[in-house]
Amino acid sequence: MTVSTLLADLQLLTPELVLAVGAMALLLIGVYTKGEAKAAQRIMTLATALLVVTAGLSVWMAQGPGGTAFHGAFVLDSFAMYAKTVVYLAGAVALVLAGQYLRAEQLARFEYPVLVTLAVLGMSFMVSANDLITLYLGLELQSLALYVLAAFNRDSLRASEAGLKYFVLGALSSGLLLYGASLVYGFSGSTSFDAIAVAAAEGSQNLGLVFGLVFVVAGLAFKISAAPFHMWTPDVYEGAPTPVAAFFATAPKLAAMVLLARVLMEPFGPMTEQWQQITMVMAVLSMAFGSFGALMQSNIKRLMGYSSIGNMGYVLVGLSAGTALGLWSVLFYMTLYVIGVAGAFAVILSMRRSEGMVERIEDLAGLSQTRPALAWSMTALMFSIGGMPFMIGFFGKLFVFYAAVQAGLIWLVILAVIFSTISIAYYLRVIKVIWFDEPSGDFLPAPTGAAIISRIAALIAVSMPVVGIIIALVVNAGAGIGG
Amino acid sequence: MLGQLPILSAITFLPALGAVAILLLRALMRSEEGAVLDRNAKGIALFVTLFVFALSLVMLVEFDAGQAGFQFVESLPWLPALGISYKMGVDGISVLFVVLTAFLLPICILSSWKLEKRVADYMAAFLLLETLVIGVFCALDMFLFYIFFEGSLIPMFLIIGVWGGQNRIYAAFKFFLYTFLGSVLMLAAMIVMFTQVGTTDIEVLLTHPFARDLQTWLWLAFFASFAVKMPMWPVHTWLPDAHVQAPTAGSVILAGILLKLGGYGFLRFSIPMFPNASEFFAPMVFVLSIIAIVVTSLIAFRQTDIKKLIAYSSVAHMGFVTLGIFTMTELGVQGAIFQMLSHGVISAALFLCIGVIYDRFHTREISFYGGLVHKMPVYAAVFGLFAMANVGLPGTSGFIGEIMTMTGAFQVDPRVAAGAALGVIFSAVYMLVAYKKVVFGVITNPKLETATDLNVREWINLGVLAVLAVYFGFFSTPITDTTRASVDQLIQQYQSAQPVEAPVAATAAPAETAAH
Repeated sequence: MTVSTLLADLQLLTPELVLAVGAMALLLIGVYTKGEAKAAQRIMTLATALLVVTAGLSVWMAQGPGGTAFHGAFVLDSFAMYAKTVVYLAGAVALVLAGQYLRAEQLARFEYPVLVTLAVLGMSFMVSANDLITLYLGLELQSLALYVLAAFNRDSLRASEAGLKYFVLGALSSGLLLYGASLVYGFSGSTSFDAIAVAAAEGSQNLGLVFGLVFVVAGLAFKISAAPFHMWTPDVYEGAPTPVAAFFATAPKLAAMVLLARVLMEPFGPMTEQWQQITMVMAVLSMAFGSFGALMQSNIKRLMGYSSIGNMGYVLVGLSAGTALGLWSVLFYMTLYVIGVAGAFAVILSMRRSEGMVERIEDLAGLSQTRPALAWSMTALMFSIGGMPFMIGFFGKLFVFYAAVQAGLIWLVILAVIFSTISIAYYLRVIKVIWFDEPSGDFLPAPTGAAIISRIAALIAVSMPVVGIIIALVVNAGAGIGG
Repeated sequence: MLGQLPILSAITFLPALGAVAILLLRALMRSEEGAVLDRNAKGIALFVTLFVFALSLVMLVEFDAGQAGFQFVESLPWLPALGISYKMGVDGISVLFVVLTAFLLPICILSSWKLEKRVADYMAAFLLLETLVIGVFCALDMFLFYIFFEGSLIPMFLIIGVWGGQNRIYAAFKFFLYTFLGSVLMLAAMIVMFTQVGTTDIEVLLTHPFARDLQTWLWLAFFASFAVKMPMWPVHTWLPDAHVQAPTAGSVILAGILLKLGGYGFLRFSIPMFPNASEFFAPMVFVLSIIAIVVTSLIAFRQTDIKKLIAYSSVAHMGFVTLGIFTMTELGVQGAIFQMLSHGVISAALFLCIGVIYDRFHTREISFYGGLVHKMPVYAAVFGLFAMANVGLPGTSGFIGEIMTMTGAFQVDPRVAAGAALGVIFSAVYMLVAYKKVVFGVITNPKLETATDLNVREWINLGVLAVLAVYFGFFSTPITDTTRASVDQLIQQYQSAQPVEAPVAATAAPAETAAH
């Protein structure tokens, strides 16, 4: 490898380099800043700025042609660029949401933003992975940072439990993934996605490869919390500090889903018929567990956990199509989902009373009378995540279903619409509490960051013209893959 | 000329702008100024709805009834990837529903003038509802139609749930989930249609011949949605609950307009797009309609809650509508549309009548009342008029609708008409008995002694509706002339789509005459 090719390769990694160097610099600054609170404050601001700058950088890089680096182990195509931009922005939003919460809960430590930055770096590698090794490295970098974040409130029993649970199950899933990867390597002779695609095309009846595929998919399904690998989600969402849950529900989900889509569409593209069965089963199970599980919840964070399981089910419906249209629908749905969930968690972070944070659904009672703006925002967001027409979330569902019908999966779509009726019931319950019940006490004024983000997300949720812009971006981003 | 002005968009989205204005106003005002805010919210709502009504009248005047196709068409590309465009337009079938909606909304606002609970939200919800419902009637893009159709659940859910009666939460959920489940199946069908045809433009879809067995499935999916919305027996059970719990204005909108979405859907989608399936399923619809007419009339007779009684009577009257639509004769379809419009006026008026006494005594129990005629003579007269109209007394618009649909049904199958006629008799029984119990007799309940007659607002509301109910009872041509061209086209299209049936009928006819 000559210096010039190395430089060319590194150029493609500019956002990752900035993030990696930035994260280390932040760590140094944090260590050398006197006073824990001050350090935390400063690093938080810097990390947010860093993520926003990186997002800008990746938008700028999207103007360029992209390409592959390190002998094809790393790929920067329009698909990856789009996903990266969303991931960086989601990371920045998660930091904005976290600031005031962490201070109020005495958790403000400068390691938090550094960990988020490192997790985002991992995701950045995930969405660009074009090799099983890159895939695993990115995934583990992300996961390790997330394990720590889940247990960030180390004095809380529930948070420690959440962290431990996430870690143990995560380690198991990594094991599955590695085992699958080793099988795939063994039967295809390479870890490169391109080479695997060739092997898959030659022998789509290759049983060993199919075995490997199943394990890889299972490992990734854990990350997107698709049933039957969803068990950790509600517990971790509930136990982890709320901003961490907000982060879990957005950027990592998107990154893992994009990674799954790439793995299925590119190296295993020729084996669509084989993996379609897996994703379809996972889709149905996720929708079922998501919608029925959420009905009984009283904690709003658990509700969001089940809601994310269910929503991943809808995304998998789109992915099951196995077509370019399906891929677009996945990206589109995930984008809308990330916006909606970020907004919903911003509302949850506004649920603050003088005695501390509250997180029961009942605590929202009468919000429409005490905090009308917040109430309208949450109403719009809940309906949007639930896929009601007139909110942008509906178009996500429409797109996903359309992709599936186009691919002939009409029965899957019929099941999906029936589950969507069940799931709308629990979003309605939140709305019922907000609108129909009498107020049970006012909240403290919402933190500025959370207030702004919830309003912006709600505004996006009701502005249907925005949908056109996102679809255009998504279609552009997905153009290179699977088509 | 209005040719270039987007009048339909204006009619559709002005109310939503009004709602945004109210919400902004609230965001800007301090909470101590609640009374001022309430007054302004009511003012804005009334002004906007009246203005929209005026606009809809302008549109009606400009509407060319001789033309069968869509008019005032607006078309903008919106989401090409999903085939969705923003396309609006009205034809003879939909134009009058737009006017009906725009007409009933100011009445709703006026009838809620005394409301004190969360007025700003209430007015905003009604204005949003107006946008969504008018949008349904104007949409010429399938998914756009769906967006409006389904979106209308949100404000109605809030209206029932926030401002409703004792059991409002149950009713709101039942209303929402019932209609939602029906509609999502329609969504699946729409996606299938889109993948088949490659466009969501209703005008194109109307001329697309769908394969026969596909038609059957699509028809059933649409039926699931429209039958619930209508509501047809046996999926009508959400309606009595929703009606009883909804505030008066909510009931007016529900009975007056939202129920018509189902009938409109049949005319816009099921019949023209799936003519073969419609023909195949018509007997089933007839049976369900007759059961609806007869059974719900009998159920209505047993009600002790007067609002529930009117709700069941609505189900029965909607039975006439489905009956008329699926006769696919000119008389039947025209009658169905007439019946829907007439029911929009009469049921709205009846719910307002109940609202009048409910506002005074806060109960809907029939047994509570009796002898109101002594204290409220004007009210008794007006209520009597609408009760008669509901029964279908000649000289009221209710009569025209029923006689037209029944005649249409008679042309197809006399047994069907006979069944429907049975319903007319039953409706007289429950309505007149209820009216007698509430209005006549001596006052036995001392609480009724303080009753006061109609106030000015109630007078205006009921007076306008009474004039319409009587006027269209004598002069039905303004309505039938408007709808004729489009209905004729619909029927022609339907008949030309029955190629297999035609020769069979032709050969069967001589054989029949020979047998005679």
